[in-house]
Amino acid sequence: MRTAFVDELMSLARQDPAVMLLTGDLGYTVFEPFQAEFPTRYVNCGVAEANMMGTAAGLAREGFKPFVYSFIPFAIFRALEQIRIDICYHDLPVTIVGLGAGYSYGDMGATHHAVEDIAVARSLPGLCVVCPGDPWEVRCATRALASRAGPAYMRLAKRGEPIVHALETRPEFHLGRALVVQEGDEVALLATSNMLSTVVEAARKLEATHGIRPTVASMHTVKPLDADYVRRLSERCRAIVTVEEHSVLGGLGGAVCEVVADAPTRCAVHRIGIPDRFVHVSGSQGYYREQCGLTVEGIVTRTAQASRQP
Amino acid sequence: MSDSNSIADPAELSRTANRLRFEVTHMISRARSCHVGSCLSVMDILVALYGGVMKRGAGREDRDRMILSKGHAAAALYAVLAEYGYFPAARLEEYLQDGSPFIAHTNTFGIAGVEFSTGSLGHGLSVANGIALAGRTRGRSHRVFTVLSEGDCQEGSTWEAAMFAAHHRLSSLVCVVDHNKIQNYGRVDEVLGLAPLDAKWQAAGWATRNVDGHDMAALLETLAAAPFEPGRPSALIAHTVKGKGVSFMEDQLKWHYQTPTPDEVAAARLELMS
Repeated sequence: MRTAFVDELMSLARQDPAVMLLTGDLGYTVFEPFQAEFPTRYVNCGVAEANMMGTAAGLAREGFKPFVYSFIPFAIFRALEQIRIDICYHDLPVTIVGLGAGYSYGDMGATHHAVEDIAVARSLPGLCVVCPGDPWEVRCATRALASRAGPAYMRLAKRGEPIVHALETRPEFHLGRALVVQEGDEVALLATSNMLSTVVEAARKLEATHGIRPTVASMHTVKPLDADYVRRLSERCRAIVTVEEHSVLGGLGGAVCEVVADAPTRCAVHRIGIPDRFVHVSGSQGYYREQCGLTVEGIVTRTAQASRQP
Repeated sequence: MSDSNSIADPAELSRTANRLRFEVTHMISRARSCHVGSCLSVMDILVALYGGVMKRGAGREDRDRMILSKGHAAAALYAVLAEYGYFPAARLEEYLQDGSPFIAHTNTFGIAGVEFSTGSLGHGLSVANGIALAGRTRGRSHRVFTVLSEGDCQEGSTWEAAMFAAHHRLSSLVCVVDHNKIQNYGRVDEVLGLAPLDAKWQAAGWATRNVDGHDMAALLETLAAAPFEPGRPSALIAHTVKGKGVSFMEDQLKWHYQTPTPDEVAAARLELMS
């Protein structure tokens, strides 16, 4: 995802002299080509994220379109007030790009886990929250955000994520619109961010082993959520299952619940995500996912249960 | 609005500053609000900037920019902007009225001349960094002024910003600290001391000077001399008095909060307008 982002940003920077890249001293071996090609539009701000966000706001106020990069916790939590006031309150075209969705940096410990970021970002008025599900979505989102007027947060996983949307079946990408991967019956699986490929695999398995064909969609834009789509699903489905490598509070699951709560429907929402607690032991991303049921098996089991409930 | 300043007369500007001090005291009293002491301490600095030093002109690309990081002195900025023709002075009566853009902390939405909204301390210098960097990237020569309180200087983000400006040699940047020695809950020296404040800025890589923040001639001369050293941002520690110009408000913590009564406004008027 990281490489897709930088590639796309470089092609944008060639077309638009307002595009800038600011980093909080991260991106070693990734940003060098950008720096070489656009030396005056690349700034390593050092390990000083609050200043980096304020500086980005000042640049945007003067007509630049800064992309500001760090690991998610340092981007979102460390500099939250600068994001809230300097960027969001002023409605400036700054895109915050966070790396390390969920447990991407699992064994680095809780300081590096990014499991509450969507909830926090989603609460800020005007902030578009985009969580691409594969490298192709990253490219589309980067391009779309560069031509958008207001502030945005883009949540990236790490590197090496598989491409989910095959070249020949790629739908059109629009910010704020669900990307339907497959149409199905009475159960819908909604994925965001780095859970998309796991969800697609779980859907295949559900069909093969349980005879359940779920609708599957990538909810890459968690804010503004495609509420129309969720409402339509809630009218024709018995259950919507949300899957995210994020806290079960306030992320995609929370956002979907907010829509369904207002809809005249008996559709149930099941949230698969991370429980509301910290972890205090070492673990790989796979280990932590296992603990939370964020696996093909876990998703299959929960979805099969959900589809059986009256 | 005139967009450039003829040679400013310090005595005239001092009289303007005192008149605006009265205006602000009246505004705050009428709105039953606070921070009058902070507004009075910073007034000479703002009048020196807008009346003598800055290239003005709302929306003009080549204007000098000013970010009031100490956003709690918004009333002072609004009065100064009205004085220099950014909007009619009658609009100051909207201060803190429901639905008005004239908020107690600096608001850029709907008020000509306000570059950026502030109010939480420690934000202004970073935003000024971005503006200065944008100007340099585009090869523009305007200057970027920012006025900080002591509270700003206690925020860690200000020192991140100070490092950044020095590292990137943002010499168009001028930071004025309104050093009135009193903060929210006591004297700065007793709460979280900043001394030696000039040495801190110097050590962060800034060309630093001290000035009597109520000596208009000295303010004009020093501000006009920025950048104090080539290739460096400039920090000016302006030594001021909280509540300056109204004897019963001077150097008093309570005037960070207290609303002046109509009688006190009348007494302030006598002192400021005589």
